[in-house]
Amino acid sequence: MEKNSIEQLQSICSQVRRDILRMVHAVNSGHPGASLGCTEFFVALYFDQMNHNPAFNMEGKGEDLFFLSNGHISPVWYSVLSRSGYFPIEEMKTFRKLNSRLQGHPATEEDLPGIRIASGSLGQGLSVAIGAAQVKKLNGDDRTVYCLMGDGEQQEGQVWEAAMYAAHYGVDNLIATIDYNGQQIDGPTKEVMDLKNLKGKWEAFGWEVNEIKKGNDMEAVLEGLNKAKSLAGKGKPVLNLLYTEMGYGVDFMVGTHKWHGVAPNDEQLANALGQLPETLGDY
Amino acid sequence: MSLDLKFNYTEKKDTRSGFGDGLLEAGRRNPKVVGLCADLIGSLKMGAFQKEFPERFFQTGIAEANMIGLAAGMATSGKIPFTGTFANFSTGRVYDQIRQSVAYSDKNVKICASHAGLTLGEDGATHQILEDMGMMKMLPHMTVINPCDYNQTKAATLAIAEYEGPVYLRFGRPSWPIFTPADQKFEIGKAWKMIDGKDVSIFATGHLVWEAVVAEAMLREEGISAEVINIHTIKPLDEEAILESVKKTGCAVSAEEHQINGGLGDSIAQTLIRHNPAPLEYVAVNDSFGESGTPTELLEKYGLNAENIVKAVKRALARK
Repeated sequence: MEKNSIEQLQSICSQVRRDILRMVHAVNSGHPGASLGCTEFFVALYFDQMNHNPAFNMEGKGEDLFFLSNGHISPVWYSVLSRSGYFPIEEMKTFRKLNSRLQGHPATEEDLPGIRIASGSLGQGLSVAIGAAQVKKLNGDDRTVYCLMGDGEQQEGQVWEAAMYAAHYGVDNLIATIDYNGQQIDGPTKEVMDLKNLKGKWEAFGWEVNEIKKGNDMEAVLEGLNKAKSLAGKGKPVLNLLYTEMGYGVDFMVGTHKWHGVAPNDEQLANALGQLPETLGDY
Repeated sequence: MSLDLKFNYTEKKDTRSGFGDGLLEAGRRNPKVVGLCADLIGSLKMGAFQKEFPERFFQTGIAEANMIGLAAGMATSGKIPFTGTFANFSTGRVYDQIRQSVAYSDKNVKICASHAGLTLGEDGATHQILEDMGMMKMLPHMTVINPCDYNQTKAATLAIAEYEGPVYLRFGRPSWPIFTPADQKFEIGKAWKMIDGKDVSIFATGHLVWEAVVAEAMLREEGISAEVINIHTIKPLDEEAILESVKKTGCAVSAEEHQINGGLGDSIAQTLIRHNPAPLEYVAVNDSFGESGTPTELLEKYGLNAENIVKAVKRALARK
């Protein structure tokens, strides 16, 4: 398969951001902030890094797998899944509406292709990803398991149970990532519950930590994810600290927790869409 | 006084050993079966499985939330994970993990829980969970099973390995009479009428099935004919069997090592009230925590033994 160029990936990002904003605007609910902040990461994973099959199969043997632990950023995942062929883009119109497969938080109950487990209640996804990674090892499947968590989510105790476990078992076919945007619902993480030396904590738990300092720069994200791949398979689980800006791509949303779970109104949507070219056609 | 029991035993054994032996057998039959345990391998009798299948066994340390998540991930990738820890840590401690990652996600995880109820004994109320069946039966997609002795627990363990979907399997610590056959076929969701009767239906689960067998003999001496039905599957409940029996007897007693709120008795009450309102008396823990003591002492003090089943039967008969 021919690789997408940086320009092509950036152009996909613009469309994904439009999808996110239009989805949350349509139902006046959902979580645009971190969805916008993680757009480069998701596009890089699904359009460059992962070997995955949109003809979805739950077990995913022979494929790279992705688990989203901070399920509230479902808009970016739904956009990327549909844009990479898991389900029709028109289905984004149903986001958060009655009888939809696109639930507020990702779920398997309605059989949406691409989703392997429900998430939303925080702290659980890393454990699930580790379990899937260990099965890959048992099955002699050399593919990689990816997992994304939020930085506020690091306050959940289960994350650290999972961190200790993965290092103990040397689950080195696992690349976890923390969306390190420094924000959570009630304010900056520094004020709500300071994560202090997060890198040092993960290193102390026995993980290989890879910092991706420019999480909204596609070139830097690709470089960082390639480096993470090169760190995998060496006896330690790998953690990316992905420095992003919440709300990235829209000038009045960037860098604040205020758009964590708030949708733009009509005027704000028009303003935001004006900053993001329609590259693949709106749904 | 020697009772003329309809079921007898020559040996006592803990139900958790039935789980351990069943798990080993399930592991031999199906390579997809994997085991996880949170630092209680000896207590859960998972050592034989671990020894025979070291690659398929995962010691998780004292981290039950992570264990449930790992199991959900393994099930997603096609394995059949059996998690093992005490009933308290298998349910209340990890309810949200079970709810989201196992039940809502409909994962083929078998949550296997030992040391349930008062008969855990001397460890006391912190460990004697009496709310677990209620919590688990409320979860959509979840099957809840509470077998009565070693043989039934072993048979249940083998049966759930072949069933696709989340299951809560509850068993216990004490040495208990083995009074059901070794070669029994375990049908999930199918009640087992152990003793025919015409005056009252006794619906018992777990360790209290034995107490119900003893109570039946005591009642027979007084000229009361009790039907004893073994409800090993709390959910899905065999409503048909319950209604058929009560249609004949006209009153019922439920018996369980669980809180009166939310357990088997409430499930039976729900069935009766919708289809055939008939007197129902509960043998269960009356909205209190347990305490330290021997299993026998605790069953007596908290009103869960054969004598209390007999009393409940008489209350039910008086309301007919």
